[in-house]
Amino acid sequence: MPTKRPSATPSSAPSPSPSTTPPTTLLSGPKTLSANASVSDIACNVWNQYLTTTPQRTMLLDAFMAFLVLVGGVQFAYCVVAGNYPFNAFLSGFCAAVGQFVLTASLRMQTSPSGSGEGEGNKSFSAAKAGKVVGDRSEGVKDGGVSHERAFADYIFGSLILHFFCINFIN
Amino acid sequence: MAESTSPVDALLKGSSGRSARGLLRIIILVTIAAAAVSSRLFSVIRFESIIHEFDPWFNFRATKYLIQNGFYDFWDWFDDRTWHPLGRVTGGTLYPGLMVTSGVIYHILRFLTIPVDIRNICVLLAPAFSGLTAFAMYLLTNEMSSSPSAGLLAAAFMAITPGYISRSVAGSYDNEAIAIFLLVFTFFLWIKAVKNGSIMWGALAALFYGYMVSAWGGYVFITNLIPLHVFVLICMGRYSSRVYISYTTWYALGTLASMQIPFVGFLPIRNSDHMSALGIFGLIQLVAFADFVRGFLPGKQFQRLLTASIILTSGLAFVGLIVLTMSGVIAPWSGRFYSLWDTGYAKIHIPIIASVSEHQPTAWPSFFFDLNFLIWLFPAGVYMCFRDLKDEHVFVIIYSVLASYFAGVMVRLMLTLTPIVCVAAALVLSYILDTYLKTSPGPINRGRSSEDPSSEALRSARTPEVGISSYFSKAVTTSATIVYLLLFVAHCTWVTSNAYSSPSVVLASRMPDGSQFIIDDYREAYYWLRQNTPANAKIMSWWDYGYQIGGMADRPTLVDNNTWNNTHIATVGKAMSSREEVSYPILRQHDVDYVLVVFGGLLGYSGDDINKFLWMVRIAEGIWPDQVKERDFFTSRGEYRVDDQATPAMRNSLMYKMSYHNFNKLFPMGQATDRVRGTKLPSESPQLSTLDEAFTSENWIIRIYKVKDLDNLGRDHSNAVAFDHGNKRKKTTKKKGPRVLRSE
Repeated sequence: MPTKRPSATPSSAPSPSPSTTPPTTLLSGPKTLSANASVSDIACNVWNQYLTTTPQRTMLLDAFMAFLVLVGGVQFAYCVVAGNYPFNAFLSGFCAAVGQFVLTASLRMQTSPSGSGEGEGNKSFSAAKAGKVVGDRSEGVKDGGVSHERAFADYIFGSLILHFFCINFIN
Repeated sequence: MAESTSPVDALLKGSSGRSARGLLRIIILVTIAAAAVSSRLFSVIRFESIIHEFDPWFNFRATKYLIQNGFYDFWDWFDDRTWHPLGRVTGGTLYPGLMVTSGVIYHILRFLTIPVDIRNICVLLAPAFSGLTAFAMYLLTNEMSSSPSAGLLAAAFMAITPGYISRSVAGSYDNEAIAIFLLVFTFFLWIKAVKNGSIMWGALAALFYGYMVSAWGGYVFITNLIPLHVFVLICMGRYSSRVYISYTTWYALGTLASMQIPFVGFLPIRNSDHMSALGIFGLIQLVAFADFVRGFLPGKQFQRLLTASIILTSGLAFVGLIVLTMSGVIAPWSGRFYSLWDTGYAKIHIPIIASVSEHQPTAWPSFFFDLNFLIWLFPAGVYMCFRDLKDEHVFVIIYSVLASYFAGVMVRLMLTLTPIVCVAAALVLSYILDTYLKTSPGPINRGRSSEDPSSEALRSARTPEVGISSYFSKAVTTSATIVYLLLFVAHCTWVTSNAYSSPSVVLASRMPDGSQFIIDDYREAYYWLRQNTPANAKIMSWWDYGYQIGGMADRPTLVDNNTWNNTHIATVGKAMSSREEVSYPILRQHDVDYVLVVFGGLLGYSGDDINKFLWMVRIAEGIWPDQVKERDFFTSRGEYRVDDQATPAMRNSLMYKMSYHNFNKLFPMGQATDRVRGTKLPSESPQLSTLDEAFTSENWIIRIYKVKDLDNLGRDHSNAVAFDHGNKRKKTTKKKGPRVLRSE
């Protein structure tokens, strides 16, 4: 993370680490696929693009989310296999995972450069994304209405409440 | 005030005008809150500072318990003084929000060395919170409209509209007292969250939702309304990260918060009432993911992917739902919920729900009675929302559609309709006023219009100065609006003082000379019980009076307004509606020492037990269809009579006997009349053999009977009574067979 930040400060330049991701690559990328490619091909393509375009900071959040999904999944599997005896405990553990996942997803939306864009049709999604990869702060504030610091503070606030309830509920 | 009302001034001064306006706004809001509080004090002034009605008595008792024993004891409270042989796990079966709120207020006041009696806190809690509701209403409406006057108008409406006052007069210490404030405030936070897309607002909404859950069962309304709002937004193609953030935060935190309340417990994941929220939560995850993936793909491939995944997930969800429902993991919908959709449902399946008067469908006039001219501004307000369709306006539309339906189904839910009617009406009215008054600073005063008629008149006289269009049309429209507002205020005051300010524990009537006559039979009787019976004497009465007996007489009861055990209530119903020979064993088995009936025949008090009697019969019939039959209580011509032609089942029922026992002695021979039913009574008083009259209140409203012990000589009670009267009816005794205690 900290190593990432200084390199990201030049706003217009594409970020160095996820290699070359100028806007053109992004938009032209999918076109290499034929229009009626199979579902698995499309999925592969999406995955590759994701790997190449996502800034590392967001990737970290994604990894955390994947971890949470894993934790939740394990708890659920345990509940199915071994029974739900301390149901409170299972529930609060599971809810903690889900809640944290959701909060992280929200944080990701607010902080990742593209997510802060409002509105439904994100046609400009990818373009905007590539344009201000690891975006500079001021712009994020303008279009999302929520600055990164604010988003993070909110995230902590939400997490605190979440875990307070979970601990209270766990018995 | 004069400074900023003059528009020219305000325009010239700019920023100072704005701050003056802010100040004025605060003053107006405070005035509105004061009006809200003071208009609810009729009952305190007319009567005294007393808890009203039925449920509040339980809340009051629980609050006292909380204060005396502390929070943890309250949480684990097992109450053995209600539902006599069974007891009630009170701590786990109530919504603690109300009691905890007043407990906290009590301790804060104590900490500030202001010793206030807990009763006064309880009595005045509802008015105090109504002031806060007005404020929350202001915030909510301000989110809906850019007009500066809308919020103030809505706050003023909310403060004095009878639809809300009906549940929040001083002394009606019920869950709704704080719940409506929480409802409105949660909606405000929700709208704020959707607008800003911030986790903080979502989390705050969840916190207040949790508070709401702790306070009122009506939280289910929020639980379903917010997901519906989100669903409609998604369907309209308005999905955005803001919606995702606010909804998921609200749901994740709110559900956890609601599960902290023991009474709610696991309901949010088990009960079908809550399933829509969970479903939308899943849906929005999918939508978000789809939205995320769409960023990487051009349209065509995305569609392919989308169809594939939609088919997959909906198939999975459907199978999952069926499996869960089959295996009974998801509980079926609750009875009260069914009765919302099918108004006839309760009558057929659950008489106990149908028997509660506030669960009856609303009569049309009561819409006008409770909301006055707001009700016809309401559709216009909804239309205005369509014209300016933002996310929050969608919310108003959904809310109004749902709430108007529910309000039509159940009288009680008029309460949830009231806030949105106030919002919609305020939107319309502020629009009218903005149009016809050429606003800028002007409309601030509009908020006062319903408060302060004098300034309003002044305003209308001054209007033309500002006008740019026709002088005449402005004057007409403005004055018409003002007339309506004044009428509204007059109507609200009238309704509040006449219809909603009676404690129903203490009754008032007018003497022929116009002076007030206070009928205080309830308290007289309850205090008689408190003073003259052992502390453990079990009192049997119909469930309506259970809470009052518990609260005022402090005696154990068999059934009360909690109605959690239908069979137990049916047992009481059976005891009341059967012959003495059947009832007596029931009374003995339940350790009943005293039986209390409410009788209005002398005074013409219509809410008495004979009028409720059919419900007792019906509920008992629901459990023992072969022993109690409703048909037996109607004459062959299908009439429900209490006079000479009453059916034998009626005349031999315990309830009838207790009500009319010795009643004819008040009248000259053969003149006994029941003033409620308006009929002459049989000249002979019904004979009671197993009960002794213990107490009858001044106006005969409450009659208390003591259950006789078993006879010393082992005789049957009717025999013993007959023997005491000096006539030996040997033949009848033989007929009756062995003298054993009958048991079922």
